[in-house]
Amino acid sequence: MKKILLMSLCLLITGPAMAAKDAMKSLRAQSLEVQDPAQKLKNYPRENLNQPLSYIQQPPLIPHQIRGYQIDRKANKCLSCHSFKNFQRYDATKISVSHFLNRDSQALADVSPRRYFCLQCHVPQVKAKPLVENSFQPTAALKK
Amino acid sequence: MLAIKRFFKMLSKPAVHFSLGFLTIGGFVAGIIFWGAFNTALEATNTEAFCTSCHEMRNNVFEELKTTIHYSNRSGVRATCPDCHVPHNWTDKIARKMQASKEVWGKMFGTINTREKFEAKRLHLAQNEWTRLKANDSLECRNCHEFDSMDFTLQAERASKQHSTALASGDKTCIDCHKGIAHELPEMKGVEGYH
Ligand code: HEC
Ligand code: HEC
Ligand code: HEC
Ligand code: HEC
Repeated sequence: MKKILLMSLCLLITGPAMAAKDAMKSLRAQSLEVQDPAQKLKNYPRENLNQPLSYIQQPPLIPHQIRGYQIDRKANKCLSCHSFKNFQRYDATKISVSHFLNRDSQALADVSPRRYFCLQCHVPQVKAKPLVENSFQPTAALKK
Repeated sequence: MLAIKRFFKMLSKPAVHFSLGFLTIGGFVAGIIFWGAFNTALEATNTEAFCTSCHEMRNNVFEELKTTIHYSNRSGVRATCPDCHVPHNWTDKIARKMQASKEVWGKMFGTINTREKFEAKRLHLAQNEWTRLKANDSLECRNCHEFDSMDFTLQAERASKQHSTALASGDKTCIDCHKGIAHELPEMKGVEGYH
Protein backbone atom coordinates (compact mmCIF):
# COMPACT_ATOMS: atom_id res chain seq x y z
CA MET A 1 0.00 0.00 0.00
CA LYS A 2 2.73 2.41 1.03
CA LYS A 3 4.67 1.60 -2.13
CA ILE A 4 1.72 2.33 -4.39
CA LEU A 5 1.07 5.59 -2.61
CA LEU A 6 4.67 6.63 -3.02
CA MET A 7 4.71 5.72 -6.69
CA SER A 8 1.58 7.65 -7.50
CA LEU A 9 3.00 10.61 -5.62
CA CYS A 10 6.11 10.46 -7.78
CA LEU A 11 3.98 10.34 -10.94
CA LEU A 12 1.95 13.29 -9.74
CA ILE A 13 5.08 15.36 -9.30
CA THR A 14 7.01 14.37 -12.41
CA GLY A 15 3.99 14.07 -14.73
CA PRO A 16 3.53 17.75 -15.57
CA ALA A 17 7.27 18.23 -15.93
CA MET A 18 7.42 15.43 -18.49
CA ALA A 19 4.54 16.94 -20.44
CA ALA A 20 6.24 20.33 -20.55
CA LYS A 21 9.48 18.86 -21.83
CA ASP A 22 8.76 19.56 -25.50
CA ALA A 23 7.80 23.15 -24.87
CA MET A 24 10.92 23.93 -22.89
CA LYS A 25 13.99 25.17 -24.73
CA SER A 26 17.35 25.44 -23.07
CA LEU A 27 20.37 27.47 -24.09
CA ARG A 28 22.00 24.24 -25.14
CA ALA A 29 21.46 23.81 -28.86
CA GLN A 30 21.44 20.05 -28.86
CA SER A 31 20.07 17.28 -26.75
CA LEU A 32 21.61 16.53 -23.41
CA GLU A 33 23.44 13.44 -24.59
CA VAL A 34 25.35 15.24 -27.35
CA GLN A 35 28.40 17.24 -26.50
CA ASP A 36 28.15 20.80 -27.82
CA PRO A 37 31.09 21.93 -29.93
CA ALA A 38 33.48 23.99 -27.82
CA GLN A 39 32.99 27.75 -27.98
CA LYS A 40 35.85 29.78 -29.35
CA LEU A 41 37.90 31.26 -26.52
CA LYS A 42 37.45 34.98 -26.14
CA ASN A 43 40.35 37.24 -25.30
CA TYR A 44 39.99 40.18 -23.00
CA PRO A 45 41.01 43.30 -24.91
CA ARG A 46 44.04 45.05 -23.44
CA GLU A 47 41.95 48.17 -23.22
CA ASN A 48 38.24 48.78 -23.40
CA LEU A 49 37.80 52.41 -22.46
CA ASN A 50 34.63 54.47 -22.15
CA GLN A 51 32.13 51.72 -21.53
CA PRO A 52 28.78 53.32 -20.71
CA LEU A 53 27.01 52.58 -17.45
CA SER A 54 23.79 50.69 -18.03
CA TYR A 55 21.94 51.51 -14.85
CA ILE A 56 22.11 53.75 -11.82
CA GLN A 57 24.63 52.59 -9.21
CA GLN A 58 26.16 50.07 -11.55
CA PRO A 59 29.68 49.18 -10.48
CA PRO A 60 31.74 50.50 -13.42
CA LEU A 61 33.29 47.88 -15.69
CA ILE A 62 37.04 47.45 -15.65
CA PRO A 63 38.33 49.12 -18.83
CA HIS A 64 41.65 47.27 -19.01
CA GLN A 65 43.23 43.86 -18.79
CA ILE A 66 43.84 42.49 -15.30
CA ARG A 67 45.71 39.31 -16.12
CA GLY A 68 47.78 38.12 -13.19
CA TYR A 69 46.63 40.84 -10.81
CA GLN A 70 46.85 39.58 -7.25
CA ILE A 71 43.98 40.40 -4.90
CA ASP A 72 44.18 38.52 -1.66
CA ARG A 73 44.95 38.97 2.01
CA LYS A 74 48.56 39.79 1.26
CA ALA A 75 48.29 42.21 -1.63
CA ASN A 76 45.74 44.17 -3.62
CA LYS A 77 47.05 45.16 -7.02
CA CYS A 78 43.97 47.26 -7.83
CA LEU A 79 44.54 49.49 -4.82
CA SER A 80 48.15 50.00 -5.83
CA CYS A 81 46.71 52.41 -8.41
CA HIS A 82 43.14 53.20 -7.33
CA SER A 83 43.58 53.88 -3.60
CA PHE A 84 43.33 57.39 -2.18
CA LYS A 85 47.05 57.22 -1.57
CA ASN A 86 48.05 56.31 -5.12
CA PHE A 87 45.39 57.38 -7.62
CA GLN A 88 46.95 60.75 -8.44
CA ARG A 89 50.35 59.26 -9.05
CA TYR A 90 48.89 56.98 -11.75
CA ASP A 91 46.13 59.24 -12.98
CA ALA A 92 43.71 56.45 -12.10
CA THR A 93 40.08 56.62 -11.02
CA LYS A 94 39.85 57.09 -7.27
CA ILE A 95 38.04 54.45 -5.25
CA SER A 96 34.67 55.82 -4.11
CA VAL A 97 34.22 56.91 -0.49
CA SER A 98 31.24 54.57 -0.36
CA HIS A 99 33.83 51.81 -0.16
CA PHE A 100 34.93 53.06 3.24
CA LEU A 101 31.57 52.42 4.85
CA ASN A 102 30.98 49.28 6.79
CA ARG A 103 27.58 47.61 6.78
CA ASP A 104 26.36 49.87 9.57
CA SER A 105 27.23 52.88 7.40
CA GLN A 106 30.06 53.91 9.66
CA ALA A 107 32.97 55.43 7.80
CA LEU A 108 36.24 53.58 8.33
CA ALA A 109 39.75 54.95 7.91
CA ASP A 110 40.42 52.57 5.06
CA VAL A 111 38.65 50.38 2.51
CA SER A 112 35.98 48.34 4.23
CA PRO A 113 36.58 44.57 4.24
CA ARG A 114 33.29 44.04 2.41
CA ARG A 115 34.61 46.13 -0.49
CA TYR A 116 38.15 44.78 -0.49
CA PHE A 117 37.69 42.08 -3.12
CA CYS A 118 37.21 44.32 -6.14
CA LEU A 119 36.25 41.56 -8.57
CA GLN A 120 33.10 40.74 -6.65
CA CYS A 121 31.49 43.78 -8.28
CA HIS A 122 33.83 45.04 -10.98
CA VAL A 123 34.62 42.91 -14.02
CA PRO A 124 36.30 43.38 -17.38
CA GLN A 125 34.27 42.70 -20.53
CA VAL A 126 34.85 40.76 -23.71
CA LYS A 127 33.08 41.51 -26.95
CA ALA A 128 30.62 38.66 -27.16
CA LYS A 129 27.21 38.13 -28.67
CA PRO A 130 24.66 37.77 -25.87
CA LEU A 131 23.43 34.18 -25.55
CA VAL A 132 19.82 35.26 -25.19
CA GLU A 133 18.02 38.32 -26.41
CA ASN A 134 17.64 40.98 -23.77
CA SER A 135 15.02 43.71 -23.57
CA PHE A 136 16.82 45.66 -20.85
CA GLN A 137 16.80 49.43 -21.33
CA PRO A 138 19.80 51.45 -20.14
CA THR A 139 19.48 54.34 -17.69
CA ALA A 140 18.74 56.92 -20.37
CA ALA A 141 15.36 55.26 -21.00
CA LEU A 142 14.19 56.55 -17.62
CA LYS A 143 14.14 60.11 -18.93
CA LYS A 144 11.66 59.35 -21.70
CA MET B 1 110.31 14.61 7.53
CA LEU B 2 113.44 14.80 5.48
CA ALA B 3 111.53 14.16 2.28
CA ILE B 4 109.19 17.04 2.98
CA LYS B 5 112.13 19.36 3.69
CA ARG B 6 113.75 18.32 0.44
CA PHE B 7 110.52 18.88 -1.43
CA PHE B 8 110.18 22.40 -0.14
CA LYS B 9 113.78 23.13 -0.99
CA MET B 10 113.08 21.99 -4.51
CA LEU B 11 110.05 24.20 -4.72
CA SER B 12 112.02 27.26 -3.72
CA LYS B 13 114.79 26.62 -6.22
CA PRO B 14 114.51 27.75 -9.79
CA ALA B 15 113.32 25.00 -12.12
CA VAL B 16 116.13 23.03 -13.66
CA HIS B 17 114.23 20.10 -15.11
CA PHE B 18 111.70 22.08 -17.15
CA SER B 19 112.43 24.65 -19.79
CA LEU B 20 111.07 28.14 -19.43
CA GLY B 21 109.06 27.65 -22.60
CA PHE B 22 107.37 24.56 -21.20
CA LEU B 23 106.50 26.37 -18.02
CA THR B 24 105.01 29.32 -19.80
CA ILE B 25 102.98 27.30 -22.30
CA GLY B 26 102.05 24.71 -19.68
CA GLY B 27 100.87 27.38 -17.31
CA PHE B 28 98.92 28.98 -20.09
CA VAL B 29 97.22 25.72 -21.05
CA ALA B 30 96.44 24.86 -17.44
CA GLY B 31 94.96 28.33 -17.02
CA ILE B 32 92.68 27.82 -19.97
CA ILE B 33 91.57 24.44 -18.67
CA PHE B 34 90.76 25.77 -15.21
CA TRP B 35 89.06 28.83 -16.63
CA GLY B 36 86.98 26.61 -18.88
CA ALA B 37 86.09 24.22 -16.09
CA PHE B 38 85.09 27.09 -13.84
CA ASN B 39 83.00 28.57 -16.60
CA THR B 40 81.36 25.25 -17.38
CA ALA B 41 80.51 24.75 -13.73
CA LEU B 42 78.97 28.20 -13.64
CA GLU B 43 76.99 27.54 -16.80
CA ALA B 44 75.65 24.29 -15.34
CA THR B 45 74.39 26.09 -12.27
CA ASN B 46 72.93 28.83 -14.40
CA THR B 47 69.97 26.82 -15.66
CA GLU B 48 66.39 26.56 -14.60
CA ALA B 49 66.84 22.81 -14.14
CA PHE B 50 69.48 23.52 -11.52
CA CYS B 51 67.45 26.16 -9.73
CA THR B 52 64.37 23.98 -9.56
CA SER B 53 66.33 20.98 -8.33
CA CYS B 54 65.62 22.36 -4.87
CA HIS B 55 62.12 21.87 -3.58
CA GLU B 56 62.03 25.35 -2.05
CA MET B 57 62.39 26.78 -5.52
CA ARG B 58 60.37 24.12 -7.39
CA ASN B 59 57.30 23.94 -5.15
CA ASN B 60 56.92 27.64 -4.52
CA VAL B 61 58.32 30.15 -6.96
CA PHE B 62 58.53 27.83 -9.99
CA GLU B 63 54.90 26.70 -9.66
CA GLU B 64 53.83 30.33 -9.48
CA LEU B 65 55.94 31.35 -12.45
CA LYS B 66 54.09 28.82 -14.61
CA THR B 67 50.88 30.84 -14.60
CA THR B 68 52.55 34.07 -15.69
CA ILE B 69 53.30 35.69 -19.02
CA HIS B 70 56.99 34.98 -18.59
CA TYR B 71 56.35 31.25 -18.77
CA SER B 72 53.84 31.10 -21.58
CA ASN B 73 52.64 33.79 -23.95
CA ARG B 74 51.58 34.43 -27.52
CA SER B 75 55.10 34.93 -28.86
CA GLY B 76 56.61 31.83 -27.25
CA VAL B 77 59.64 33.64 -25.85
CA ARG B 78 60.14 32.85 -22.22
CA ALA B 79 62.23 33.97 -19.29
CA THR B 80 63.92 31.39 -17.07
CA CYS B 81 65.10 31.88 -13.48
CA PRO B 82 68.66 32.92 -14.36
CA ASP B 83 67.36 35.45 -16.90
CA CYS B 84 65.90 37.47 -14.06
CA HIS B 85 68.04 36.43 -11.14
CA VAL B 86 71.66 36.02 -12.18
CA PRO B 87 73.25 38.93 -13.99
CA HIS B 88 74.79 38.08 -17.34
CA ASN B 89 77.74 40.31 -16.59
CA TRP B 90 80.75 38.16 -15.64
CA THR B 91 81.90 39.96 -12.49
CA ASP B 92 78.38 40.40 -11.19
CA LYS B 93 77.96 36.69 -11.81
CA ILE B 94 80.75 35.72 -9.42
CA ALA B 95 79.42 38.05 -6.78
CA ARG B 96 75.98 36.50 -7.09
CA LYS B 97 77.40 32.98 -6.85
CA MET B 98 79.21 33.85 -3.65
CA GLN B 99 75.96 35.08 -2.20
CA ALA B 100 74.16 31.98 -3.47
CA SER B 101 76.37 29.77 -1.30
CA LYS B 102 74.26 30.77 1.66
CA GLU B 103 71.26 29.23 -0.09
CA VAL B 104 73.01 25.86 -0.10
CA TRP B 105 73.50 26.36 3.61
CA GLY B 106 69.78 27.01 4.03
CA LYS B 107 69.02 23.85 2.09
CA MET B 108 71.36 21.68 4.14
CA PHE B 109 69.94 22.81 7.40
CA GLY B 110 66.38 22.66 6.14
CA THR B 111 65.41 26.17 7.14
CA ILE B 112 62.67 26.43 4.52
CA ASN B 113 61.10 23.00 4.11
CA THR B 114 57.38 23.84 4.07
CA ARG B 115 55.15 26.27 2.21
CA GLU B 116 54.40 28.04 5.49
CA LYS B 117 58.07 28.58 6.25
CA PHE B 118 58.59 29.85 2.74
CA GLU B 119 55.69 32.28 3.07
CA ALA B 120 57.08 33.47 6.37
CA LYS B 121 60.41 34.30 4.70
CA ARG B 122 59.00 35.56 1.43
CA LEU B 123 58.89 39.26 2.28
CA HIS B 124 62.52 39.14 3.34
CA LEU B 125 63.61 37.26 0.20
CA ALA B 126 61.55 39.48 -2.08
CA GLN B 127 63.00 42.58 -0.49
CA ASN B 128 66.50 41.33 -1.25
CA GLU B 129 65.50 41.01 -4.90
CA TRP B 130 63.80 44.40 -5.04
CA THR B 131 66.84 46.07 -3.52
CA ARG B 132 69.12 44.35 -6.01
CA LEU B 133 66.97 45.26 -9.03
CA LYS B 134 66.53 48.79 -7.81
CA ALA B 135 70.29 49.15 -7.40
CA ASN B 136 71.10 47.88 -10.90
CA ASP B 137 68.23 49.82 -12.52
CA SER B 138 66.40 46.57 -13.34
CA LEU B 139 69.28 45.34 -15.44
CA GLU B 140 67.83 41.85 -15.95
CA CYS B 141 64.49 43.18 -17.16
CA ARG B 142 66.28 45.49 -19.54
CA ASN B 143 68.33 42.64 -20.98
CA CYS B 144 65.12 41.63 -22.72
CA HIS B 145 62.90 44.71 -22.55
CA GLU B 146 64.91 47.48 -24.07
CA PHE B 147 63.54 50.91 -23.29
CA ASP B 148 64.77 52.33 -26.61
CA SER B 149 62.86 49.65 -28.49
CA MET B 150 59.55 50.25 -26.76
CA ASP B 151 56.94 51.69 -29.10
CA PHE B 152 54.65 53.65 -26.81
CA THR B 153 52.03 53.98 -29.53
CA LEU B 154 51.57 50.22 -29.47
CA GLN B 155 51.30 50.01 -25.71
CA ALA B 156 48.15 50.22 -23.66
CA GLU B 157 47.36 53.74 -22.55
CA ARG B 158 48.14 53.06 -18.89
CA ALA B 159 51.50 51.63 -19.90
CA SER B 160 52.61 54.33 -22.31
CA LYS B 161 51.57 57.04 -19.86
CA GLN B 162 53.91 55.69 -17.18
CA HIS B 163 56.71 54.58 -19.49
CA SER B 164 56.96 57.91 -21.29
CA THR B 165 57.10 59.85 -18.04
CA ALA B 166 58.37 58.26 -14.84
CA LEU B 167 60.37 55.56 -16.62
CA ALA B 168 61.76 57.80 -19.36
CA SER B 169 62.96 60.40 -16.88
CA GLY B 170 64.75 57.76 -14.81
CA ASP B 171 62.61 58.64 -11.83
CA LYS B 172 61.41 55.04 -11.54
CA THR B 173 62.70 51.72 -12.74
CA CYS B 174 60.82 48.58 -13.85
CA ILE B 175 60.75 46.92 -10.46
CA ASP B 176 59.20 50.00 -8.81
CA CYS B 177 56.01 49.44 -10.77
CA HIS B 178 56.18 45.76 -11.74
CA LYS B 179 56.52 43.84 -8.51
CA GLY B 180 55.06 40.36 -8.46
CA ILE B 181 55.20 39.79 -12.23
CA ALA B 182 56.76 36.34 -11.83
CA HIS B 183 55.70 35.04 -8.42
CA GLU B 184 53.07 35.62 -5.78
CA LEU B 185 53.59 38.73 -3.74
CA PRO B 186 54.42 38.62 -0.05
CA GLU B 187 52.45 40.57 2.54
CA MET B 188 52.59 44.04 0.95
CA LYS B 189 51.41 46.17 3.81
CA GLY B 190 53.77 49.11 4.06
CA VAL B 191 55.66 48.31 0.86
CA GLU B 192 56.04 51.45 -1.23
CA GLY B 193 53.42 51.84 -3.92
CA TYR B 194 51.11 49.36 -2.27
CA HIS B 195 48.10 49.77 -0.15
C1 HEC C 1 70.35 24.17 -2.86
C2 HEC C 1 68.94 24.45 -3.15
C3 HEC C 1 68.72 25.70 -4.00
C4 HEC C 1 69.09 25.89 -5.32
C5 HEC C 1 69.78 24.91 -6.24
C6 HEC C 1 68.70 27.24 -5.66
N1 HEC C 1 68.09 27.83 -4.58
FE1 HEC C 1 67.45 29.76 -4.49
N2 HEC C 1 67.06 29.59 -2.52
C7 HEC C 1 67.18 28.42 -1.79
C8 HEC C 1 66.91 28.71 -0.39
C9 HEC C 1 66.92 27.70 0.75
C10 HEC C 1 66.67 30.12 -0.31
C11 HEC C 1 66.41 30.96 0.95
C12 HEC C 1 67.75 31.45 1.45
C13 HEC C 1 67.67 32.29 2.69
O1 HEC C 1 66.97 31.90 3.63
O2 HEC C 1 68.35 33.32 2.73
C14 HEC C 1 66.76 30.62 -1.67
C15 HEC C 1 66.57 31.97 -2.01
C16 HEC C 1 66.56 32.43 -3.32
C17 HEC C 1 66.26 33.79 -3.71
C18 HEC C 1 65.92 34.93 -2.76
C19 HEC C 1 66.97 36.00 -2.91
C20 HEC C 1 67.68 36.47 -1.67
O3 HEC C 1 68.73 37.14 -1.87
O4 HEC C 1 67.25 36.22 -0.54
C21 HEC C 1 66.33 33.83 -5.07
C22 HEC C 1 66.08 35.03 -5.96
C23 HEC C 1 66.71 32.53 -5.52
N3 HEC C 1 66.84 31.70 -4.45
C24 HEC C 1 66.90 32.19 -6.85
C25 HEC C 1 67.54 31.04 -7.26
C26 HEC C 1 68.00 30.82 -8.62
C27 HEC C 1 67.85 31.78 -9.78
C28 HEC C 1 68.58 29.59 -8.63
C29 HEC C 1 69.30 28.91 -9.85
C30 HEC C 1 70.44 29.68 -10.40
C31 HEC C 1 68.47 29.02 -7.30
N4 HEC C 1 67.83 29.95 -6.49
C32 HEC C 1 68.91 27.78 -6.92
C33 HEC C 1 67.51 27.17 -2.29
C34 HEC C 1 68.07 26.94 -3.55
C1 HEC D 1 64.17 36.46 -21.05
C2 HEC D 1 63.59 37.74 -21.42
C3 HEC D 1 62.78 38.50 -20.37
C4 HEC D 1 63.20 38.98 -19.15
C5 HEC D 1 64.55 38.80 -18.48
C6 HEC D 1 62.08 39.72 -18.62
N1 HEC D 1 61.01 39.68 -19.48
FE1 HEC D 1 59.23 40.59 -19.24
N2 HEC D 1 58.52 39.70 -20.91
C7 HEC D 1 59.26 38.90 -21.76
C8 HEC D 1 58.39 38.36 -22.77
C9 HEC D 1 58.81 37.44 -23.90
C10 HEC D 1 57.08 38.86 -22.50
C11 HEC D 1 55.79 38.58 -23.25
C12 HEC D 1 55.68 39.31 -24.54
C13 HEC D 1 54.34 39.03 -25.16
O1 HEC D 1 54.19 37.97 -25.77
O2 HEC D 1 53.46 39.86 -25.01
C14 HEC D 1 57.21 39.72 -21.33
C15 HEC D 1 56.16 40.43 -20.79
C16 HEC D 1 56.30 41.34 -19.75
C17 HEC D 1 55.26 42.23 -19.26
C18 HEC D 1 53.86 42.35 -19.83
C19 HEC D 1 52.86 41.67 -18.94
C20 HEC D 1 51.48 41.57 -19.55
O3 HEC D 1 50.64 40.97 -18.88
O4 HEC D 1 51.26 42.05 -20.65
C21 HEC D 1 55.80 42.96 -18.24
C22 HEC D 1 55.10 44.02 -17.40
C23 HEC D 1 57.17 42.51 -18.06
N3 HEC D 1 57.43 41.54 -19.01
C24 HEC D 1 58.02 43.01 -17.11
C25 HEC D 1 59.27 42.47 -16.84
C26 HEC D 1 60.09 42.85 -15.71
C27 HEC D 1 59.70 43.88 -14.66
C28 HEC D 1 61.22 42.11 -15.76
C29 HEC D 1 62.41 42.10 -14.79
C30 HEC D 1 62.13 41.66 -13.42
C31 HEC D 1 61.14 41.27 -16.96
N4 HEC D 1 59.93 41.52 -17.57
C32 HEC D 1 62.12 40.40 -17.41
C33 HEC D 1 60.62 38.64 -21.65
C34 HEC D 1 61.40 38.94 -20.56
C1 HEC E 1 56.07 54.35 -13.32
C2 HEC E 1 55.62 53.00 -13.36
C3 HEC E 1 56.22 52.05 -14.40
C4 HEC E 1 57.54 51.83 -14.68
C5 HEC E 1 58.76 52.49 -14.04
C6 HEC E 1 57.58 50.77 -15.68
N1 HEC E 1 56.31 50.40 -16.01
FE1 HEC E 1 55.79 48.98 -17.35
N2 HEC E 1 53.82 49.38 -17.04
C7 HEC E 1 53.33 50.27 -16.10
C8 HEC E 1 51.87 50.24 -16.12
C9 HEC E 1 50.94 51.04 -15.22
C10 HEC E 1 51.51 49.29 -17.12
C11 HEC E 1 50.11 48.86 -17.54
C12 HEC E 1 49.48 48.04 -16.48
C13 HEC E 1 50.01 46.68 -16.30
O1 HEC E 1 50.38 46.02 -17.28
O2 HEC E 1 50.04 46.22 -15.15
C14 HEC E 1 52.76 48.77 -17.67
C15 HEC E 1 52.83 47.83 -18.68
C16 HEC E 1 54.00 47.26 -19.14
C17 HEC E 1 54.09 46.28 -20.18
C18 HEC E 1 52.91 45.77 -21.00
C19 HEC E 1 52.67 46.76 -22.12
C20 HEC E 1 51.29 46.74 -22.67
O3 HEC E 1 51.02 47.56 -23.56
O4 HEC E 1 50.47 45.94 -22.21
C21 HEC E 1 55.40 45.93 -20.31
C22 HEC E 1 56.00 44.93 -21.29
C23 HEC E 1 56.15 46.72 -19.35
N3 HEC E 1 55.26 47.52 -18.66
C24 HEC E 1 57.50 46.62 -19.17
C25 HEC E 1 58.23 47.51 -18.39
C26 HEC E 1 59.68 47.49 -18.30
C27 HEC E 1 60.58 46.49 -18.99
C28 HEC E 1 60.04 48.51 -17.49
C29 HEC E 1 61.47 48.97 -17.14
C30 HEC E 1 62.36 49.24 -18.28
C31 HEC E 1 58.82 49.16 -17.04
N4 HEC E 1 57.75 48.53 -17.61
C32 HEC E 1 58.75 50.24 -16.17
C33 HEC E 1 54.05 51.09 -15.28
C34 HEC E 1 55.43 51.15 -15.25
C1 HEC F 1 60.49 37.68 -15.25
C2 HEC F 1 61.50 37.68 -14.24
C3 HEC F 1 61.56 36.50 -13.25
C4 HEC F 1 61.65 35.18 -13.53
C5 HEC F 1 61.63 34.48 -14.89
C6 HEC F 1 61.83 34.51 -12.26
N1 HEC F 1 61.80 35.44 -11.23
FE1 HEC F 1 62.05 35.07 -9.25
N2 HEC F 1 61.64 37.01 -8.82
C7 HEC F 1 61.47 38.02 -9.75
C8 HEC F 1 61.20 39.27 -9.05
C9 HEC F 1 60.94 40.60 -9.72
C10 HEC F 1 61.23 38.97 -7.67
C11 HEC F 1 61.01 39.95 -6.49
C12 HEC F 1 59.70 39.66 -5.81
C13 HEC F 1 58.50 40.01 -6.64
O1 HEC F 1 58.39 41.13 -7.13
O2 HEC F 1 57.63 39.11 -6.80
C14 HEC F 1 61.51 37.55 -7.55
C15 HEC F 1 61.61 36.87 -6.35
C16 HEC F 1 62.07 35.57 -6.23
C17 HEC F 1 62.32 34.88 -4.98
C18 HEC F 1 62.13 35.47 -3.59
C19 HEC F 1 60.80 35.04 -3.01
C20 HEC F 1 59.61 35.75 -3.60
O3 HEC F 1 58.63 35.07 -3.97
O4 HEC F 1 59.61 36.97 -3.70
C21 HEC F 1 62.77 33.64 -5.30
C22 HEC F 1 63.15 32.53 -4.32
C23 HEC F 1 62.78 33.52 -6.75
N3 HEC F 1 62.35 34.71 -7.27
C24 HEC F 1 63.19 32.40 -7.44
C25 HEC F 1 62.96 32.20 -8.80
C26 HEC F 1 63.12 30.93 -9.48
C27 HEC F 1 63.61 29.64 -8.85
C28 HEC F 1 62.75 31.11 -10.78
C29 HEC F 1 62.66 30.09 -11.91
C30 HEC F 1 61.74 28.99 -11.67
C31 HEC F 1 62.39 32.53 -10.93
N4 HEC F 1 62.53 33.13 -9.70
C32 HEC F 1 62.00 33.14 -12.10
C33 HEC F 1 61.55 37.89 -11.12
C34 HEC F 1 61.64 36.68 -11.80
